[in-house]
Amino acid sequence: MSDVIVVGAGVVGAACAYYAARAGLDVTVIDRGPVAGGTTGSGEGNVLVSDKEPGPELELAVLSNRLWRSLAELGGFEFEPKGGLVVAETEEVQRQLTELAGKQGVEHTLVPAQELRSFEPHLAEGLAGGVYYPQDAQVQPMLAAATLLRHGADSFGHGTLRLRLGATVTGFLRSGDRVTGVRTTQGDVLGDAVVNAAGTWGGEVAALAGAHLPVLPRRGFILVTEPLREPLIRHKVYTAAYVTNVASDSAGLETSAVVEGTPAGTVLIGASRERVGFDRTTSVPVLARLAEQAVALFPALRDVRAIRSYCGFRPYCPDHLPVIGADPRVPGLYHACGHEGAGIGLAPATGHLLAQLLAGERPDLDLHPFRPDRFPAAEEAA
Amino acid sequence: MTSGAMPHDSGPHGPEPYDLVVVGGGPAGVAGALTAALAGLRVALVDSGPRLGGQYFRHPAVPGRAAGLDRFLRQARALDARADVLLRHQVWAASREPDGDLLIHCATRHAAAPTRYAATPTPNPSATLRDAGAMRRDGGAMREQAGATHRDAAAAAGGAAGAGREERAVVLRARRLLIATGAHDRPLPFPGWDLPGVLTAGGAQALLKGGGVVAGRRIVVSGTGPFLLPVASGLAGAGARVLGVYEANGGLGLARHPLLALGKAGEVAGYAAALARHRVPYRTRQAVVAAHGEREVEAVTVARLDRDWNVTATHVVECDTLAVGYGFVPQIELGTQLGCQTRHDVDGSPVLTVDATLRTTVPGVWAAGEPVGVGGWRLAELEGRLAGRAIAADARTAGIHGTARTFRTAGTAATSGIASTADTSGIASTADTSGIASTADTSGIAGALPTVDAEPSGAPATSGVPATGADVGGARAAGAGVGGGGVVAVVPPVFARRRERWRAFGEALQRAYPVKPGWQGWLRDDTLVCRCEEVPLARVREAQALGATDARSVKLLARPGMGWCQGRICGYAVSCLAGEQPQPPRRPIAQPVTLGALASLAAPDDHPAH
Repeated sequence: MSDVIVVGAGVVGAACAYYAARAGLDVTVIDRGPVAGGTTGSGEGNVLVSDKEPGPELELAVLSNRLWRSLAELGGFEFEPKGGLVVAETEEVQRQLTELAGKQGVEHTLVPAQELRSFEPHLAEGLAGGVYYPQDAQVQPMLAAATLLRHGADSFGHGTLRLRLGATVTGFLRSGDRVTGVRTTQGDVLGDAVVNAAGTWGGEVAALAGAHLPVLPRRGFILVTEPLREPLIRHKVYTAAYVTNVASDSAGLETSAVVEGTPAGTVLIGASRERVGFDRTTSVPVLARLAEQAVALFPALRDVRAIRSYCGFRPYCPDHLPVIGADPRVPGLYHACGHEGAGIGLAPATGHLLAQLLAGERPDLDLHPFRPDRFPAAEEAA
Repeated sequence: MTSGAMPHDSGPHGPEPYDLVVVGGGPAGVAGALTAALAGLRVALVDSGPRLGGQYFRHPAVPGRAAGLDRFLRQARALDARADVLLRHQVWAASREPDGDLLIHCATRHAAAPTRYAATPTPNPSATLRDAGAMRRDGGAMREQAGATHRDAAAAAGGAAGAGREERAVVLRARRLLIATGAHDRPLPFPGWDLPGVLTAGGAQALLKGGGVVAGRRIVVSGTGPFLLPVASGLAGAGARVLGVYEANGGLGLARHPLLALGKAGEVAGYAAALARHRVPYRTRQAVVAAHGEREVEAVTVARLDRDWNVTATHVVECDTLAVGYGFVPQIELGTQLGCQTRHDVDGSPVLTVDATLRTTVPGVWAAGEPVGVGGWRLAELEGRLAGRAIAADARTAGIHGTARTFRTAGTAATSGIASTADTSGIASTADTSGIASTADTSGIAGALPTVDAEPSGAPATSGVPATGADVGGARAAGAGVGGGGVVAVVPPVFARRRERWRAFGEALQRAYPVKPGWQGWLRDDTLVCRCEEVPLARVREAQALGATDARSVKLLARPGMGWCQGRICGYAVSCLAGEQPQPPRRPIAQPVTLGALASLAAPDDHPAH
């Protein structure tokens, strides 16, 4: 019998489990696959404050950014506080970026066109300027998730955090209305509370409890280059279009250049967003467009080879905000999913706030904007 | 199309697609392409190498050395006259268009083919810069050469013809695709396998081409399978001192296998005689379990093994070169990109599922040779031909073989001329004892000489000896197919039976030369499992302790298989260490492609609004 069952061993589930264990709760983490086998393992590892509009998600991002920095001290995974540079193609875009940065209220530096190359020597000519966000960072998300689980298990007393991999949740156990555990393909697991941290599959888990949660997949491709001998790109560099695409409601393909180096020497190139369900078929036109945008931003990449590509399914909700908190419709069920492309960055804050809820404390941030029952019922939505 | 001709179309939006695009210029691909071309189809064949032949036949033409080679050269010449042959083209993806056509995405740096057979597309006037061939280098070579050589390994790889050209994209539109991409070497890791001087068996054949490089070398050959024999006898014949052939399994109990029935006794006897002539010891239940040396191989530890390959005793042999081979990994990523169903071969390798007509589970896509089960060049050629017939029949049925052309031959005589000549010449001749020894491949591998070399190219790397191959049940060979024109018409019983026999033979070889789990005990904590990313065994074990329960999550947590070779070299070993069968490859980019070439594919009207 655990105090908390966390469904999902991705980075969000790992953070929930870690902070819950740290709060003194007994935790069992269940995943149908391995650690970090879902969306956590198919993203870029973004820890961004720069791409958030002012509001609840930005507050979450700022809190999370601080938490990542302290988690990084645990060691065991790469955390690069490299900073992000948003570049503008035109004067008009630069004006908009400047205005956004002013409203965000996070640390930033306006970069005039002539100074762009002191940040990124290989940037293309002709850009209108940019904004530098020193808090933006990158984390190796798979190792980070695994490390959080490991620390959760090792640091807060024997048996505090248990991991059950390869077990698929097939239903919920109930006592009256209240959730008292989950049924899995490897038997029942009892717990006082169940946290749905199933990411893109969070809607399916919620449905097992009879709760409507509109989490849907948005496919994103990433291109990976050969390892470069010399780092070509110092920061996370992206175009202003990324900010608008993140919040876009378009079902069609959207791409914007997001380019950065990694400690392994490779360059990661994103980002695309499409609503095509769980289709893994590689789209050559998408890869071509990502390459085109990256080369436009960094002409020196033209002769660099892409050696692989992967795609993932970002869990998005209709209002592009995550779902964090207790589900008033199902006592004992909590949600921590639907972070879209920001799950890595927002994981620590999500776990921290949820652990506060589970431990009966007042969360540091108002969770009202993230409440699970904010969506119209399925019938109404249809 | 003769040398110098424009390919039919090199744009994705061209007016008329090829009836068939064949990927891979080895025995299967050439036979399939020729068969279809003789039937009147518009055919293009793409290969990454500088000349046709694949791993088995790709070498400077030395006519007369092997019956199989003579026949292959005839086929290649005949093909050149009837199809577009695009050499030095790396196929990095295959995709399906909304209208049902297939797009074969290639990258090349070569404007004109400096080969005796064929031409590549006309030069790109904007081309500048750099050369080709780097893809033919394996990850280990990358590492050894400090990352710099992807720009200059070219000379070793492709010759000077394409020097100074920027890589560009070539897209072929096709109604049908034949995947004839062969297989690559399957090494196993062991302490010291990353030392210069350690090669795969296939890589060792590259040494042969060097002539003077080989002579005087002291070479140890180790691994499992009959492929070790031609490698060793070839090296010995070229003047190397082969200190021993160490076969980890029970060895030449071939009399127990259907080999004799197939008339291959002469072939084996030839190798055995060659080894005896050069006083090369052949030891069974022994293998090299470690290589030693400061900067390159100076000695190896040879171990006696029990049936599970656990070490029971060891001794040290001084040498300067080690060639190892533990079988082959079929290259099937183009098939998996298109969603083709796979199955596990007898040895666990994922291979494409095909019916009796070599059709995969995806419409319009056929596969022949090693991608449907490792079985050697003879079987590959037969399957290529059968696939060619089935494809021709499919084109007849569909009636979309190109309005401007008529069939050269009609009806069931679709395969004529050279294809049928081949039926009676080389295949019946089984004493190709010299063929394998002369299959050295100059391209690219020479540049990667100090390391184990795999063949991550699109070109076949078939075993010299028919070496295994399970079947899709007997059904595949027995004629339970789905060919549009009817299996009976497409696959004559005599071919079906022959294929069935050879598949069974290949399967028997896979059973006779398995990889046993004891090799994992040869590793130390610091033994590199993945050389591209320099991942030692300890990191793999850490990843497992952290919750990686399969090969993919081991890769995500510890990075084996994330580097240049995309797991082609280490994938099998990582799967074994993770305790699962090798899974079908997920390689959306089958071969490295420059961002510039990739970017050129972006449609102008696709541009985002910003």
